[in-house]
Amino acid sequence: MNLTLKIWRQKNASDKGSMVDYKVSDISPDMSFLEMLDVLNEQLVNNNESPVAFDHDCREGICGMCSLYINGEAHGPDRGVTTCQLHMRMFKDGDTITIEPFRATAFPVVKDLIVDRSSFDRVQHAGGFISVNTSGNTIDANAIPVNKHDADDAFSAATCIGCGACVASCKNSSAMLFVGAKVSQFALLPQGKVEATDRVLNMVKQMDEEGFGNCTNTGACEVECPKGISLENIARMNREYLKASLKG
Amino acid sequence: MALDSKIPKGPIKDKWTDYKNHIDLVNPANKRNIDVIVVGTGLAGGSAAATLAELGYNVKAFCFQDSPRRAHSIAAQGGINAAKNYQGDGDSTYRLFYDTVKGGDYRSREANVYRLAEVSANIIDQCVAQGVPFAREYGGLLDNRSFGGVLVSRTFYAAGQTGQQLLLGAYSAMNRQIGRGKIKMYNRHEMLDVVKVDGKARGIITRNLITGEIERHSAHAVVLGTGGYGNVFFLSTNAMGSNVTAAWKAHKRGAYFANPCYTQIHPTCIPVSGDHQSKLTLMSESLRNDGRIWVPKHMKDVEAIKAGTLKPKDLAEDDRDYYLERRYPAFGNLVPRDVASRAAKERCDAGFGVNATGEAVFLDFASAIQRYGKETAHVKGLDENDAALVKKLGQEVIKNKYGNLFQMYEKIVDQDPYNTPMMIYPAVHYTMGGVWVDYNLMTTVPGLYCIGEANFSDHGANRLGASALMQGLADGYFVLPYTIGDYLSNDIRTGPISTETKEFEDAEKEVREKINFFVSNEGQHSVDYFHKRLGKIMWNKVGMSRNVQGLTEAISEIKALREQFWKEVKVPGTNEEYNEELAKAGRVADFLELGELFAKDALNREESCGGHFREDSVELDGEQKGEALRDDENFAYVSAWEYKGEPSDAVLHKEQLEFNDIELKQRSYK
Repeated sequence: MNLTLKIWRQKNASDKGSMVDYKVSDISPDMSFLEMLDVLNEQLVNNNESPVAFDHDCREGICGMCSLYINGEAHGPDRGVTTCQLHMRMFKDGDTITIEPFRATAFPVVKDLIVDRSSFDRVQHAGGFISVNTSGNTIDANAIPVNKHDADDAFSAATCIGCGACVASCKNSSAMLFVGAKVSQFALLPQGKVEATDRVLNMVKQMDEEGFGNCTNTGACEVECPKGISLENIARMNREYLKASLKG
Repeated sequence: MALDSKIPKGPIKDKWTDYKNHIDLVNPANKRNIDVIVVGTGLAGGSAAATLAELGYNVKAFCFQDSPRRAHSIAAQGGINAAKNYQGDGDSTYRLFYDTVKGGDYRSREANVYRLAEVSANIIDQCVAQGVPFAREYGGLLDNRSFGGVLVSRTFYAAGQTGQQLLLGAYSAMNRQIGRGKIKMYNRHEMLDVVKVDGKARGIITRNLITGEIERHSAHAVVLGTGGYGNVFFLSTNAMGSNVTAAWKAHKRGAYFANPCYTQIHPTCIPVSGDHQSKLTLMSESLRNDGRIWVPKHMKDVEAIKAGTLKPKDLAEDDRDYYLERRYPAFGNLVPRDVASRAAKERCDAGFGVNATGEAVFLDFASAIQRYGKETAHVKGLDENDAALVKKLGQEVIKNKYGNLFQMYEKIVDQDPYNTPMMIYPAVHYTMGGVWVDYNLMTTVPGLYCIGEANFSDHGANRLGASALMQGLADGYFVLPYTIGDYLSNDIRTGPISTETKEFEDAEKEVREKINFFVSNEGQHSVDYFHKRLGKIMWNKVGMSRNVQGLTEAISEIKALREQFWKEVKVPGTNEEYNEELAKAGRVADFLELGELFAKDALNREESCGGHFREDSVELDGEQKGEALRDDENFAYVSAWEYKGEPSDAVLHKEQLEFNDIELKQRSYK
């Protein structure tokens, strides 16, 4: 396949940035999207040009490092996958593909297609944990039975990879799906109940301080989430938040 | 320097308890005056950083990714072993210890493995307390599955995403300490050297990957949890950024490197499809619980399948060769990884490979779908003879167990594995070799520790499935926090370590010189050009099957490639910016040295053991004909290599392995 790529180039955080056109040829439909970008970068390096910077690591859809806003969609046109698992068979010969970074106030651009998502980490520092020290003396794992249904729902929420597609897809740049997933995971488990009140209040407070917007229930985040994290998690977080506020 | 493994005296089952009872401790007030650097935030590094901070030490943690949650432990799929015996099927600490030593083909250190088995149960308790959502049964208790090389069901799991859930558990424990200010986290920082002061590890030099700033960081001890070096093969199941640099720099500063040739080639990965490929994707070993591996019995069917005139699912049962079930009736599809990989290679080398490249075998779920479908129909009181219904119900069960893996396969290969068997082939996955450590997990450099995949001690020449997660967390949560205290108890009066010393200055200067070389070298080939060529040499000559001629050639070819690299490598851009090519250049430079030592180690080990298969060391007759032949008389030792400049000058030190609690036997899975 031969393709035209329109890629956001921005030297560093303070540079203004602009779209630049590139051509790539002989792209195999079996390549992943990032392998297609590897081809472009090899070409750029060989021509003594600066390669396009993009985040990536595991390339099997689980580390959450890759991002990219492709033709107006986080992680591109396929569903339930990250950019590293998006394959070129989703495109046609002669296509023009627009590639931009995830855009949000809380995700400033670092360079080209790389953004700084440390705001996500800071929300987790505020309460995304159960306070249990490592000792070797915690109670036996089977002494805490968990209803299978709750355990499965907690697992589904916990599969969030922290990529930020939800924020990039939201017109308000809201992080409610990301935060709701962590709040839900712990709210569904008996181990998480002890700190539930503080957790939801602290995480939501940090989320607001980072400059993420509010949720207006458009559901774009759920559609674009590569792990299919459900909107129910936002509803559950709102319930937890209300409960916690009334207690507070 | 003679190697001292510092194994405590006494019966194996008491060693760890006695050790803990007699080591020196650091009191809580003094811990506040002690700094520890942890490099790498995977299961080993992340759990160590969190636990050390909980204890009160000041921790500085480093990772090259944009968040500690991205470390490649996240990609581990199948599960984590623990000797809980929840299934009541005869499991025990001893049996997990025995299985691990046997699985490692008797090339691991007994005392370390016993300790690993001993703390395994604590790991599960700890993770559940943290809120890790393991799979559960309807009664609310934890579920288990089986993995290769063992006869009990001791693997705990969270669908096909166990590594993710465990890592997020360790990450949450870290987050709590970051929030308290006890861990200072440095994301997007790469360690480029270890700094020694008066012979002890006292700090590291790092590069900020965003700004290019070269930084000095000091501490009373340095811990490396920086993972394995499988990417020396270019194509592997490792993440793109996984590298040997931290371990290799430690090696160059005096840490011996042990058993570099012990590499795990995992039997069930998605086959290579073309030259564009940047990495390979694993399909969890857990799939072998329900998947049956086969190739056609007759060459005409192989050809018909390749030509597309015969669909694999239409081939009659009698015309299929379930070669693992045939060769290893006792363990069948659940033989250990090294055995399964060699068996796949044997069939493909004989011409029975089922894809265009001839390097693929089938992993088939049709019988499991039938079996589960009938069972579910029976439980629900539905018609067990309704073929369509049975298939549908069976597919649902399989989807619940392995849904994410099936989806991953379908996205990559563009085929539906619910309806046609998967195609798989072995790929480089894990490295058992690594930095040599004693019982305390300390390297040959005082104050420099190495944990998780980056060290060598627990898996011998072959790692059993679901044991990597166990080892990473055992080292980080339950072993290192004790052993490092014993060392640090001597540092309570040392005070802060200054970075304004000649040692730091010299190390920083060396790092800067190398970077300056890369960005000013006017070469003609990209870093990947060299990395791919190195990978080809490694795979073809130091891969699944090794011989003297190939290894000798590999050594000289890698040396020549390294020389060419230093002349002709091209790195665009500058140091003072985000520059991935520059980061890659440093990593590949180290792989080009490690690769040669790897081949040298493989040449030295004139026996077959675990993942290291020498064509000149096989059973010639009897029931085990054609199987790997170990040589315990001459090779029951750990090869620990001392750095002396060029890899060809590396000096071999031997740690003789003693087996007091397990009898050395031919490893039979028949």
